[in-house]
Amino acid sequence: MQLMEAFENGASLCQYCMAENCTIAEAMIRREVSRGEMMRDTVMEEMRKNLEVMREAVRIGLEEHVETVSHLSGGEARRLFLYAKYDPFSGGNTCRAAASAMAVCEVNSSMGRIVAAPTAGASGILPGVLIECGMERNWTDDQLIQGLFTAGAVGLLFAQNATISGADGGCQAETGVASAMAAAAIVELSGGTPEQALDAAAITIKNIMGLVCDPVAGLVECPCIKRNALGAANALLCADMVLCGITSLIPFDEVVSAMLQVGRDIRKEYRETAKGGLATTPTGKAVAEKVRRFQSYSGEY
Amino acid sequence: MEDFSVFDIIGPRMTGPSSSHTAGAVRIAYIARKLIGAEISRVHFTLYGSFAETGRGHGTDKALIGGILGFSPDDERIPHAYELAMDQGVQVAFTYSDAPADHPNTVKIEIVDINDRKMEVVGRSVGGGNILITEINEQAVELSGDYPTLIISHRDEPGVIAIVSQVLAQLKVNIAFMRVFRHGRGRDAYMCIETDTPVTKEMQAIIRQLCSGITDMFAV
Repeated sequence: MQLMEAFENGASLCQYCMAENCTIAEAMIRREVSRGEMMRDTVMEEMRKNLEVMREAVRIGLEEHVETVSHLSGGEARRLFLYAKYDPFSGGNTCRAAASAMAVCEVNSSMGRIVAAPTAGASGILPGVLIECGMERNWTDDQLIQGLFTAGAVGLLFAQNATISGADGGCQAETGVASAMAAAAIVELSGGTPEQALDAAAITIKNIMGLVCDPVAGLVECPCIKRNALGAANALLCADMVLCGITSLIPFDEVVSAMLQVGRDIRKEYRETAKGGLATTPTGKAVAEKVRRFQSYSGEY
Repeated sequence: MEDFSVFDIIGPRMTGPSSSHTAGAVRIAYIARKLIGAEISRVHFTLYGSFAETGRGHGTDKALIGGILGFSPDDERIPHAYELAMDQGVQVAFTYSDAPADHPNTVKIEIVDINDRKMEVVGRSVGGGNILITEINEQAVELSGDYPTLIISHRDEPGVIAIVSQVLAQLKVNIAFMRVFRHGRGRDAYMCIETDTPVTKEMQAIIRQLCSGITDMFAV
């Protein structure tokens, strides 16, 4: 099978990995090299740079005083991370991964540096999950980079066959896809097969299918930051389900098309326009008004 | 089917908070800056769709100014774009329009350079920091900014396209994608040429010299 055909959908990707006896991550690296724009070393180096920016964003969000432009959020990631020591209901690892995901989002909302994965609004989930699990399980940077390629392959299948934009498909297309990417990454890093990695991605999306994008005041803060926390937990749970032998009744490719169809059916009000859902609750509107006044007060508009 | 890179998914490395509202906005404005190719004195941005609805909260305004100032999407100076524009003597103004647009994240950028030359660029942010420039000076174009791009306006007459592509071949510049547009038979026409390596200022001068049908040329 040709490398480019391998990335047509999940089934063809699994077929390729089986025929070549390789991981999804390796297939992704080969495809990137075959595009002819970068040598293998450069491809690996580029991903290493992404990992570094991700790790730094987690660190800043957990350790430094982060304040968002709107003053709506900040400091909550650190709070949850510290609380994780005290026997949390969701478990220490889940709690810390969720806190790390929030940390990146807080940095993002304060106009700090992050890596879109697949978008900026969902940029916390993949680093939150990978970096926390990496610390927990002593994964090396090389392993984490492999995980990023696995995640990239899953995201690419969604981008090609559905959408990764909140304006097109709602929050399911952003935090949903990010969780699916993270779940597949940790499954493959834990020795799961390509089929299992894609099953984990499928279950992750099934769990949040139809999730709307309804940002309060149009900002990437509420509910985005906490949905990144949920996305991290969703990824960990789905990875565990798959690794214990649970499968997805609906195959990955069918979940991708269902997600696209649902995304198309979501009304425009619930696709990033801040015209519905939480954005138009009385409190949501009041916050929007406050933010507007604050902005005009600061004389910038 | 679009040919995504893994770095379209894990990436770009960027200044938050939104890939379409910040990174994409920086890139559109950056291309507009490159197209005018001279120092800028005034810019008027008109935002449409979701850019108009939620652009302020996302810092799209700062991102657009950042692009005009020549910043890349991961430049840490973007939050301070207003102050930096003022320091550099670039006047900026914004209109948040409720007029309908073809795409939710659309911006029209009207630029005036220090020689009073005007230019109008329309672009959309199509998700994940990817963009499409759809209009230059009211002429429909299609350019993604992923490759070095040469835009040539010329008289619609036989041979112009042949000469340009022949010159590029002799300069060893490989054409990745090429599109031609025109207002009507024999009237103004545009070429939009995406190349693997940049077309330098010297190369542009050569093309101009050899081809009399060319009326204007921009490179990104």
